[in-house]
Amino acid sequence: MEGISKRFPGVVALDNVSLTVGAGEIVALIGENGAGKSTLMKILGGAISRDTGSIKIDGQPVEIRSPNEASALRIEFIHQELSVLENLDVAANIFLHREPTIGGPLKLIDRKRVYRESDAILRKVGLDIPSRTPTGQLSIAQQQLVEIARALSAGARIIIMDEPTSSLTLTETRRLLELVKDLKAENVSIIYISHRMHEVIEVADRAVVLRDGKNAGEIPRGEITHERMVRMMVGRDLKDFFKGERVEQHVEHDGGFEVRRLRTLRYPNQLISFDVAKGEVLGFAGLVGAGRSEVARAIFGVEEALEAEVTLNGRALQIRDAQDAITHGIYLVPEDRRLSGLIVDFNIRENITLPNLESYSSAKIIDRAKESKAALEACKAINIKTPSPEMRAANLSGGNQQKVVLAKWLTFAPRVLMFDEPTRGIDVGAKAEIYQLIRNLAAEGVAVIVISSEMEEVLGISDRIAVMHEGRLTGVLDRAQFSEEAVMRLATGTENLAADLRE
Amino acid sequence: MKKELGIFVLLIVLCIIVSIVNPNFLLPINLQNLARQIGAFGIFSIGLGLVIITGGIELSVGSMMALLGVLLSMMLTEWHFGVILSVLACVGIAMALTFGHGLLITRLNMQPFIVTLCGLLFYRGLARFITNDETKGFGTAEGLDFLRYLANGNLAGIPMPFVLLLIVAAITWIALHRSVYGRYLFATGRNAEAARYAGISTKWIVTLTYVIAGALTAISGIIFAFYTNSVSPANHGNAYELYGIAAAVLGGCSLRGGEGSVVGVLIGTALLQVLRNLVNLLGIPSSLDFAVMGAVILLGVMADQIFTERRNRRQVAQMRETTAS
Repeated sequence: MEGISKRFPGVVALDNVSLTVGAGEIVALIGENGAGKSTLMKILGGAISRDTGSIKIDGQPVEIRSPNEASALRIEFIHQELSVLENLDVAANIFLHREPTIGGPLKLIDRKRVYRESDAILRKVGLDIPSRTPTGQLSIAQQQLVEIARALSAGARIIIMDEPTSSLTLTETRRLLELVKDLKAENVSIIYISHRMHEVIEVADRAVVLRDGKNAGEIPRGEITHERMVRMMVGRDLKDFFKGERVEQHVEHDGGFEVRRLRTLRYPNQLISFDVAKGEVLGFAGLVGAGRSEVARAIFGVEEALEAEVTLNGRALQIRDAQDAITHGIYLVPEDRRLSGLIVDFNIRENITLPNLESYSSAKIIDRAKESKAALEACKAINIKTPSPEMRAANLSGGNQQKVVLAKWLTFAPRVLMFDEPTRGIDVGAKAEIYQLIRNLAAEGVAVIVISSEMEEVLGISDRIAVMHEGRLTGVLDRAQFSEEAVMRLATGTENLAADLRE
Repeated sequence: MKKELGIFVLLIVLCIIVSIVNPNFLLPINLQNLARQIGAFGIFSIGLGLVIITGGIELSVGSMMALLGVLLSMMLTEWHFGVILSVLACVGIAMALTFGHGLLITRLNMQPFIVTLCGLLFYRGLARFITNDETKGFGTAEGLDFLRYLANGNLAGIPMPFVLLLIVAAITWIALHRSVYGRYLFATGRNAEAARYAGISTKWIVTLTYVIAGALTAISGIIFAFYTNSVSPANHGNAYELYGIAAAVLGGCSLRGGEGSVVGVLIGTALLQVLRNLVNLLGIPSSLDFAVMGAVILLGVMADQIFTERRNRRQVAQMRETTAS
């Protein structure tokens, strides 16, 4: 791939990026969230089109306009989110869309051949189960192997693996890495996207680093180290990072928000404890899937917490559902605003007053005038750009939608406000306004939590940063310790500052 | 109100056409009959409309009416419970059964279609079993004048079922379009996830809605029982749920949930009954009855869909202008 550029509305996702992979080579593609790794691979996989640049295979220029065309070129993509069909058996998944038929007009599937070849390919990937097993019964790791089996049975010569080990246990990961090496021995090229540095060190022949949509450099096998990768990913030297320093827990006992021994469904073996003082902004950094959103949802009560001790201003709280949280003044601006934050078919007024409807009504009958007045004031107060509060939320821009979600909570005095990716998909101008709103809230004495995968954002907005890695809180950084490197090291699990502070 | 306007126009146009082709349509006796039908069908249809707004469905309406009808007859003529107790028992049983539907749907996450389909089969069977499949009725039993009046009487020339419908409609209109409950109901039906994030107990809202539908079904059921004066457990109320669903959908309720209005359901019910009347009056073979209804519902919903799309496009255009300026 040479000189690949891709522009999305408002952002340049890839800027003149090149990537070469030799036959039988394992190339690790690494970079921070949003560095362009997935975009580049989606272009190779035919899921999206490139703006400029060229793709050559064996020196021949090729056009890949769809996943089908990628398959025809024997390029297979194994996605992070598994795409096996759980309602079909393993063999059906392996041969999906390539089913051999016994001929004739009915296109009956050659079942014998499907099962015979599937069994053979399953043995090859080390999955010792009959191919008639329903896919839904398999573990995540086994489903992953089914995907690899599908790629192999399609005769893949280039396999793209996007975070293949993100939901695997240690043993399963080890087996997968062995398989990757076996594939290499069979001359299959592998592009391996991973945030896990030790895996990259173990299998990669070469690490290609992307940063902000550009090539940031390459590291050949033997020279790949944690330090070099992190440095290249964040683009600066590590020398201003104070190694070995331990972060002291910073607790303000006079009125704040404390979370102790929180266990989420996704990471039941990890206990999370942290505090946010009144008027403080606590950033939550980490890689995608580190379990930050789960923490916020468990606190807000929309997801079950296996265990949690939540204290606000010295008072222990019982939060069973979102209603409890709201009663205590704890609110969440969720990650997916169109799905959880807003009812997009409601107008702005109806969205804003929804959680607080009782206060705009007497004897359960809504006072429309009171409601309209409050909605109009909210629109003005936080500058929601709309001709009227009667506009459907679906028709607003992302930034204005986010402001509506915020306005919902601002109409009654929040004590704790959690933001999950508050500026995702929002243009620069609205971003600045939302940052200002967050700072204002903190200034008014609200305890604010901001979950963000954007490094600049989390460094810019936070007073302290809690960093999570695979469900574990790996450290809390004070302002003096802020740096991209420090966050990245904790986020990739390179260093675990807090291991001895938890529990 | 824009949404109901289209279907209202359709209703008026149909009425005009029928009255031109057959002026008998406008005879007081025909209009009175029509209003009586609209009243009896409208009450439970409003309940069904509410259920549809939750994104659910209630298929057991007709069977439940048969069950309630035979129970009512037995309570009044065989067990001599008295009018008030019998009516309360009827409404109570219906609410208890639909409360059960609500619990199965919200607590066990069962699909409304399945739960209420089982209800449809179960209540019909139960009605036939407890009566040994014999028709139950009220004959000329004494002391039931008030209930007979509710079904067959008139108030200032207006059939009582229609009067009852207007009362029910007024109360549910306020509940749905002006009260906190109504807003929560729309929110839950539109996007249960976001409603939960706003702190609404969506499970309770959905369950409550099924119970309200149950109570309205009981009221309609009592009217139908006295209107026919005899309840054949195998046939009474057959396919009435489909009339209710059709009325609600015609009136702008979306089966995806979160959309609909009381006025819409009223107009939908009226349209369906006018269509039945029209088949009679225009001499269309009554075997075509359902075919005519099916065709009109399809056209009505299609037209509504087209108008909705247009309105959305206009709003987007309006939005563009304001951001540009």
